[in-house]
Amino acid sequence: MPERPDHPAALLALSGVRKSFGAVHALVDGQLELRAGEVHALVGENGAGKSTLVKVLAGVHAPDEGSVTLDGQPLFLGGPADARAAGIAVIYQEPTLFPDLSVAENIFMGRQPLRSLRRIDSAAMRRRTVELFTGLGVRMDPDRPARGLSIADQQLVEIAKALSFDARVLVMDEPTAALSGVEVERLFAVVRSLREAGAAILFISHRFDEVFALCQRVTVMRDGRWVSTDPIEELTVGQVVRRMVGREVSQLYPRQDTDAGDVVLEVRDLTRAGVFDGVSFDVRAGEIVALAGLVGAGRSEVVRAVFGVDRYDSGEVVVAGKRLPRGRPAAAMAAGVALVPEDRRQQGLVMELSIERNATLTRRWPLSRLGLLGPRAEREAAYKWTQRLQVKAGHLADPVSTLSGGNQQKVVLAKWLSTEPKVLIVDEPTRGIDVGTKAEVHRLMSQLAADGVAVLMVSSELPEVLGMADRVLVMHEGRLVEQIARDRADEESVMLAATGQNGDAA
Amino acid sequence: MTATKQAAPPPTRARGDVRGARRLFVVRELGIALALVLLIAVTTIYNHRFLNAQSRKDLMLGATILVVLAVGQAIVVITRNVDLSVGSVLGLSAFATGKLFLAMPDAPIVLAFLAGVGLGLLCGVVNGALIALARVPALVVTLGTLYVFRGIDYSWAAGQQINAADMPAGFKRMGTQTLLGVPVLALFAIGVLVVAGFYLRSYRSGREMYAIGSDPAAARLSGIPVGWRVFTAMAVSGGLAGLAGVLYAARFGTLDAAAGNGIELNVVAAVVVGGVAIFGGSGSVYGAALGALLLSTIGSALPVLRIDPFWQQAVVGALILAAIGLDRALTARIAQRLRGRRARGA
Repeated sequence: MPERPDHPAALLALSGVRKSFGAVHALVDGQLELRAGEVHALVGENGAGKSTLVKVLAGVHAPDEGSVTLDGQPLFLGGPADARAAGIAVIYQEPTLFPDLSVAENIFMGRQPLRSLRRIDSAAMRRRTVELFTGLGVRMDPDRPARGLSIADQQLVEIAKALSFDARVLVMDEPTAALSGVEVERLFAVVRSLREAGAAILFISHRFDEVFALCQRVTVMRDGRWVSTDPIEELTVGQVVRRMVGREVSQLYPRQDTDAGDVVLEVRDLTRAGVFDGVSFDVRAGEIVALAGLVGAGRSEVVRAVFGVDRYDSGEVVVAGKRLPRGRPAAAMAAGVALVPEDRRQQGLVMELSIERNATLTRRWPLSRLGLLGPRAEREAAYKWTQRLQVKAGHLADPVSTLSGGNQQKVVLAKWLSTEPKVLIVDEPTRGIDVGTKAEVHRLMSQLAADGVAVLMVSSELPEVLGMADRVLVMHEGRLVEQIARDRADEESVMLAATGQNGDAA
Repeated sequence: MTATKQAAPPPTRARGDVRGARRLFVVRELGIALALVLLIAVTTIYNHRFLNAQSRKDLMLGATILVVLAVGQAIVVITRNVDLSVGSVLGLSAFATGKLFLAMPDAPIVLAFLAGVGLGLLCGVVNGALIALARVPALVVTLGTLYVFRGIDYSWAAGQQINAADMPAGFKRMGTQTLLGVPVLALFAIGVLVVAGFYLRSYRSGREMYAIGSDPAAARLSGIPVGWRVFTAMAVSGGLAGLAGVLYAARFGTLDAAAGNGIELNVVAAVVVGGVAIFGGSGSVYGAALGALLLSTIGSALPVLRIDPFWQQAVVGALILAAIGLDRALTARIAQRLRGRRARGA
């Protein structure tokens, strides 16, 4: 293992930074050292703590422990304004512009050039905006509203903003995730010229070709911890991937071997312009199929389209031989499809309602008599399922928001399992829940598959994908690029396919 | 003409579209002004006396209080909040003005203004503090204070009515005086409008109000003191409602605790009709003032046109729906035009 970084020329350094949200330790040991005139890559799996580290730098989260230094001086970041005053600019994956305001105002918000009586000098603001864009080599009307700008253009506005206050540190959180090839090249040209001007740049990306093309050093993070920092030329893609994944795929995954039955779910050429393209796959009864890929690859969008929450432009979804109508979740439910969504707080549960209400929401009609829903029927049904899934709750009438994340997820599962689905789609089933509950959820999924349910799982956690799935479907930028059988799937093959390294899809 | 436009080369058209989008923003305020002119024209044709000197004065006086309130409300709505307590604050301030003159018949008029605005400001500060510190939505807070402030007003008045005879002559004169044909009270409204419009347009904190309404989360990330700005907006709205209370006292003279009851909905209607997006971030105080002018003119025009007063409510409702419909249509069109610009060979 290489030594921990300790370089005198560090412009900005983080050491031993720790940040927890309740019981979730997002960042355990964050280390980073950025030098002037250098593009520094930060890589790690989803959930490795990269975004939390960025938010610490941006002044959004105050670290629980650890120190941030700028030019060797301790730096206190009490809020985004402090970070900006220190010359740190952050460009988020989703740019944060004001859609109703003009491009020029977006760039200079809070720092508009002034004339007499502290009035805003709009002419000077417009002139400087044009200068900034000229410097970046792009043409953009400073007076147009930010609404309707493409992601690439929005990022240029963010970069112009960083330039406008002479940022010395530029943090870019997956800036290329939504860009096309030409736009990426344009962005890289800008980043290189900033580097030559002496800025320190932190570049977060899942695309290794970009990391290797652009960056001088690379820091790897895993599970909220710093793993390594090395000059890029001393590493290969394979080494970086191994450090990112780095842990044992343990017995956490009690996968029972089952015999796959008939095809239950068939997806044919599912396409939605700009989101996913020509996605086709089958899931058989008794099989667990994982849909792997990076954030933004279009996995959740595909399963949402399958379930009918989102529309799709062409293609078809067939469940047990019957074609599902587009955009009708009720029809999908009637056909025996269940979707456990990605974001349980926003999409999976009604946080203010009681546990029992949430658990029976999917069966309001079967449980009602003469159109009236009696409290007893609800309570009994909820009791049965919460017992089966071992939900740890004080009282079933308590609001579901009082439960821990893992138990909330079990309520979501209960809600859908009680419909006795033929096809269970789970999107990130174990995100943000503790290890013990994770194992329970995994055991449950395994059990369901053994009972003949076709399970389609979207997961960003490689160990989960490898431990649970009979087959791994890998998506990259909206396309299904690989289908890997259980015995051939390992971290590297999945990660390489997910990052588009397998040649054919890039 | 149309043919030439279509024949224009693509890059020029792209720029033209963006400018067109901007033009559409201006159209909102122009549209209301046009509707106002049309209304006055039609009414005047029907009855020539609608635009004589006395009637013009009445129109302006009638709009004054609504305009002052609408300017304050527009500032609040631009930050994606709402102030429902303005009617109660107006009532409280108007009654306080009356009480002041009862206690001190020789009090200078300036003192009445200071007291009224100060009281309104205090109410606004209470609203703002509850929103910024307790993090309760403005809708809920001001719905609560709407009743609280009115309750204080009622218990203070205890059934008492202040008559015009109790007011000093100078104060009453101010309610009827004109300067170059413009009522003195309307001058207050114009002054408030110009200052607020200038502030929102030309000052950093003014622009930050728009930023907050446009995207509160992004505003926080750009280091804008969101809580403080919203607090300020609520305080200003309260202060202006206080000012409106003093103007109310000067205009009507006769006061009880019910002054300004229910006016808050007219104010919100005026702001929405005036093109201030209810979800914040766009619109202007000028539009809101025009909206107020339009609504109060409708109130005066319908009786002249011999239309049942019942229809007045329906017309106001239809106007609100039309304004919202126009807003949606414009937003959709602007988005479409702006998107056209990024057409790439993807």
